[in-house]
Amino acid sequence: MKKSYQAIVIGASMGGMEALKMILAQLPDNFSLPVIVVQHQMRDSDDFLAVYLNRHCAIKVKEACAHELILPAYVYIAPAAYHLLIEEDKTLSLSVDLPVNYSIPSIDVLFESAADVYGESLVGVVLTGASADGSQGLKKIKAYGGLTVVQDPNTAEAPKMPSAAIKVTQIDHILPPDKIGVFLRELTNDEG
Amino acid sequence: MEDKQLEAFEIDCLLGAILLRYGYDFRNYAQASLKRRIHNRLTLSNLQHVSEMIPRILYDEHFFSEFLCDMSITVTEMFRNPEVFKFIREKVVDKLRTYSRINIWNVGCATGEEAYSIAIILAEEGLLNKTHIYATDYDNQALAVAKTGIYPANVMQQYTENYLKAGGRQSFSDYYQARYESAKMKKNLREKITFANHNLMQDGSFAEMHLILCRNVLIYFNQTLQNSVLSLLRDSMVHHGYLVLGDKETLDFSSVANDFESVDKQRRIYRKKRLR
Repeated sequence: MKKSYQAIVIGASMGGMEALKMILAQLPDNFSLPVIVVQHQMRDSDDFLAVYLNRHCAIKVKEACAHELILPAYVYIAPAAYHLLIEEDKTLSLSVDLPVNYSIPSIDVLFESAADVYGESLVGVVLTGASADGSQGLKKIKAYGGLTVVQDPNTAEAPKMPSAAIKVTQIDHILPPDKIGVFLRELTNDEG
Repeated sequence: MEDKQLEAFEIDCLLGAILLRYGYDFRNYAQASLKRRIHNRLTLSNLQHVSEMIPRILYDEHFFSEFLCDMSITVTEMFRNPEVFKFIREKVVDKLRTYSRINIWNVGCATGEEAYSIAIILAEEGLLNKTHIYATDYDNQALAVAKTGIYPANVMQQYTENYLKAGGRQSFSDYYQARYESAKMKKNLREKITFANHNLMQDGSFAEMHLILCRNVLIYFNQTLQNSVLSLLRDSMVHHGYLVLGDKETLDFSSVANDFESVDKQRRIYRKKRLR
């Protein structure tokens, strides 16, 4: 009996670029879910990360735009210096509010708003990072019946963030980054 | 009824109460940020349910003014996205030069940093004397800060870097007087800017603009309100007037998309087409 999911949210900080590349490169270009990503960045970064990942992955990767409709087979990257949120009508929303956990974009902000919208149909993934951002958001995803995945801290360039997430929530799957992409693909029964 | 539905119902009631009591209409705000802000205020006030805010809002004006502050939080800076200001200086200013009088509207100016930024550009291009800048917001507390033109001295370093990236030709410190922990923008800039209360949800057009800066305002609105505000902006502009949006905003999904042409896609600068 397989549950059907509607979206995947991923949070990453220090060391995230390589982990993201490893995971997203394993998703096919017709992947049946949207993937929405917060990677902490310098506040004056441009869209380099989205361009870089798009070049290395089959699935389409783009920077999130305000009010954009969320589509399957797309990876949306939060732009630097904006929080990224999900609206009830499955569109992306940006804000320039105060930082949360010293971060804008913040992983908690994305995860919490995604949990509100997708409830049990959401998959939350916390990757490497030297921050505690994402742990509260992942806790909410779990509380709303969603699926939680955390990168094995032993495989993380910065173990603090995955460890913080594991500390506050009973995590469903703790995996090394090279297994996470395959795992997400199998969740959807998509062919690789 | 599920908790989620119940809370949606509570938020509707809260926004209805605010509209009836104070005349501010937040019903067409994008829900995700709105909800987050309401929850922050709930936690700060030691309340559990959104509906518990309703009596506080109705009977305690101070509580409402705090709520209003929450709603209008904007983190802004001078020359935010310097490349946008550089583009305005290099490509837009020459078009503005052809007008005998220039009107600029800075929509959602908050504490005024952007209005001063554009004033500095026009001053350096020798156009400030024939320019008037209208900078509006619905938040009177933010406007009060904007009018004084006083900012913390410790942000001036960052603003100076932005100013230089935006093609600044002088020393940024020429534009303010530093005193103790603060910096006050010079009078020749301040007197060219009218900071005024204007509420996009209900107020109309008030002058014919040559350039409108409306950056990171529409991101907080739902589609309905975005479209009505964009129509208002369009109708407040001269033909071929310029519209500058936030660097992640676009007209593509809006009802006025066909009324504008894109001047620079990446910097989100548009120009109003000659209609009909």
